[in-house]
Amino acid sequence: MGTDPIISLCGLRVAYGSNEVLKGIDLSIAQGSFVALLGASGCGKTTLLRALSGFTPASGGSINVNGRDIQNEPPERRGMAMVFQSYALWSHMSVAQNMGYGLKLRRVPRDEIKRRVDDLLSMLGLSGYGERSVNELSGGQRQRVALGRALAVEPQILLLDEPLSNLDARIRLQMRHEIRSIQRQLGVTAILVTHDREEAMVMADQVVILDQGKIAQIGSPEEVYQRPQTPYVASFMGAENIIDCETERDREQVLLRVARVPQAAVSVDSTPDSPAPIGRVQVHFRSEMASLGEADNPSADSLRIPGKITQVSYLGGGYRCEIKTECGQFFIDHPRHVQSGDATTVNIPVPALHVFPRDPAREVRPPS
Amino acid sequence: MTLDRFPLVQFRVPGIASSLLRFALIGLLAAAVFGPLLNMLIWTVAEAWYFPAKLPIRWGFAFWSKVFRPEAGAMKALSTSLLIACMTVALSLVLAIPAGYALSKRKLPLRSLFLLFFLLPQAFPTVAVHMNIARIFYGLGLTGTIWGVMLVHAIQGLVFAVWIASAAFAAIGEDQVEAARNLGATPLRAFMTVSLPLAAPGLMASAIFVFLISLDEFSGTFFVGVPDVRTLPLTMLNAALEGNYQIASITALLLLVPSILFMLFVERFLKADVLASVGK
Repeated sequence: MGTDPIISLCGLRVAYGSNEVLKGIDLSIAQGSFVALLGASGCGKTTLLRALSGFTPASGGSINVNGRDIQNEPPERRGMAMVFQSYALWSHMSVAQNMGYGLKLRRVPRDEIKRRVDDLLSMLGLSGYGERSVNELSGGQRQRVALGRALAVEPQILLLDEPLSNLDARIRLQMRHEIRSIQRQLGVTAILVTHDREEAMVMADQVVILDQGKIAQIGSPEEVYQRPQTPYVASFMGAENIIDCETERDREQVLLRVARVPQAAVSVDSTPDSPAPIGRVQVHFRSEMASLGEADNPSADSLRIPGKITQVSYLGGGYRCEIKTECGQFFIDHPRHVQSGDATTVNIPVPALHVFPRDPAREVRPPS
Repeated sequence: MTLDRFPLVQFRVPGIASSLLRFALIGLLAAAVFGPLLNMLIWTVAEAWYFPAKLPIRWGFAFWSKVFRPEAGAMKALSTSLLIACMTVALSLVLAIPAGYALSKRKLPLRSLFLLFFLLPQAFPTVAVHMNIARIFYGLGLTGTIWGVMLVHAIQGLVFAVWIASAAFAAIGEDQVEAARNLGATPLRAFMTVSLPLAAPGLMASAIFVFLISLDEFSGTFFVGVPDVRTLPLTMLNAALEGNYQIASITALLLLVPSILFMLFVERFLKADVLASVGK
C-alpha cells in the first residue's frame, strides 16, 4: 500500500438545482486501499461515486487523481471502472463480448482480448460461459460478468455502486469475500458504496460514513464501530438504544445520571483525549453489549436501569427482549429465555456507553 | 368488527351461457376480420358474379392474365410501390433515429409537446393536408416525381417512426450507456455500440409500420404523384371505380405479398415481447 493518496477530494460540492447533495467533501484515498462509503439513502454516497466517475458534474471543489485535477475530463477518460447496482450488462452481447468491450475500444488484438477474457472468466469462476447470452445468467453470475467487464480494462480505480444489493443473501455473503480477495490480488484501489454496515466492515479497510452530504466519520471498521464520534454514526453502526442523561464533574471523574431515573448513575471515563461531554447528553448502546440481570447483583461499573420485559423473540443465538423502562424502550439481547411481563434490570457496562452532547431535536420529542 | 354480515358479492354467468357468449364473440370478431378478406379472395377467382347470386356464377383465372399483362401496368405499379416504400422507410429511419433519441431524453423541455406536434397533421382531414402539400410540391417541381411521393409518405410514416423510436430509446437504461462511457467509449461510440443495437428491435418495428403505411398510402400519392407515378393502390382504385372488382381484388392480393414478406423478414429480428414493449 503506497503512502501517496491516489485520489484526493477537496471541498467537493455537488448540487442538483438548488438542492445541494454534497456539501464539501474532503477525502484522501490511499493507493490500493478499499474504501466503503456508508450511509443511509439520500446521504450523497452514490452522488459522490458519480461525481468521481464523471457522470455528475461537481459544483465546487476539486477531484485530484494521481495529483492531476480531473474535473473537466469526460467519463471515458477518467480511468475508473464502475460496477453498477443494476449490473448494466448489454443484452445484445455475449458474456465474452461484454467483458471484452473495453479492450476492443482500446484496439487490443482479438486473440489478446480472448486470452484476457478467458483469464478473467476463470478467475471469476465463469469458465465456459463466454459464449452464453447474459440473459441466461443468474444474478450472481451477472454481477461477476459486470465485475469482469470493469476489471478487464485494468483500471487503477474500481468503483462499486451497491454491487451486491440485488443478490440473494447467501450469494451476497460469498461475493463480499470474493470481491475483497480479487481486489487484494490485483492491488486495485476500490471504492464501494453501500448502505449495509456489515458489508462495509467486511470488505473495506476504511469506512467513510456520510450524513446529509457531509462526512460524519472516517476510520477503520474497528474505529467507527467502537468509537463513533457522532450520534448518527453510533446509531448507524448499531448502537440504536438511546438514553437521555445528564453528566456532571465529580473530581477527576464524570458522573453520568439517567435523566428520568436519578438513582441510575455511574462514573464514566473522561480522558484529555476523549473528554466526556458535560451537561445534557444522550447515551447510545448496543443491544448485544447490555445484559439483563437481577437487581441484587451490584456491579460498580455498569449502568443499571430497572424495567419490565414487554416482548421476547428468538434470534437463533439468543433472545431479543424489548424492555420498557422509565427512560424509554430498549432492545436487549439475552442468552436465555425470559418471561414476557417480568420485572428485570438492564445492565450496561461502562465501556459500552457512547456519550454525546444531546441533540436539541431530542428535547422537543415527547417521552416515549 | 366482523365482515360476516357482508359476504363477498359474486356475479356469475351460468356455464353454458358463458361459453355460448364466448363462441359468439369470437365468431363475430372472425367475421369482422376475415369476412371482407374472404369476399376479396372469392372475387379474385370469379369470372362472373351478379347481384342476387350468393356465389359467383362462373369461376376461373381469366382476370389474372389480364392483370399480369405487361400493358396492364400492374407489375410496374408494384415495383413503383415497392421502390417508394423502401425509400420511405430509409428516409423515415434516418430522421426518426436522431429525433427519437433526442425525444427519449427525459430532460428535454416540452418533450410531450414535440410528440404531440408530430401528430398534428394527422388530426386534419388527410385530403385537405395532401391537397396543400401538392400545391407546395408543385412550386418545388416535386409533383409527379417519385421523390415527391416518397416525401408525402414519409410525412405520414414519420409520426409513427418517431414515436416508436423514442419509446425504443427510452426503454434503454441510462446506466447501460454510462457503463460504455465508463469503459472508455466516446458518446458517439456508446450510441453506435450500445444504444442503437439495443433499440434495434423497436426501430425494426417502426420500419414495418412505415413500410405498410407507404404501401397502402392512397390520397397523398393521388394528389402528388398522378398521373406520372402510379402505385398499386391507385391501380386498385381505378379498377374498383370502373366496377372491375376482379382486377381490384387481384391487385389487393398482390399488395399483400410484399407486406407479408416484409413482416416475415422483420419477424426474424423481432420477438412479440419487444413489440409489446414499444407501447410503454
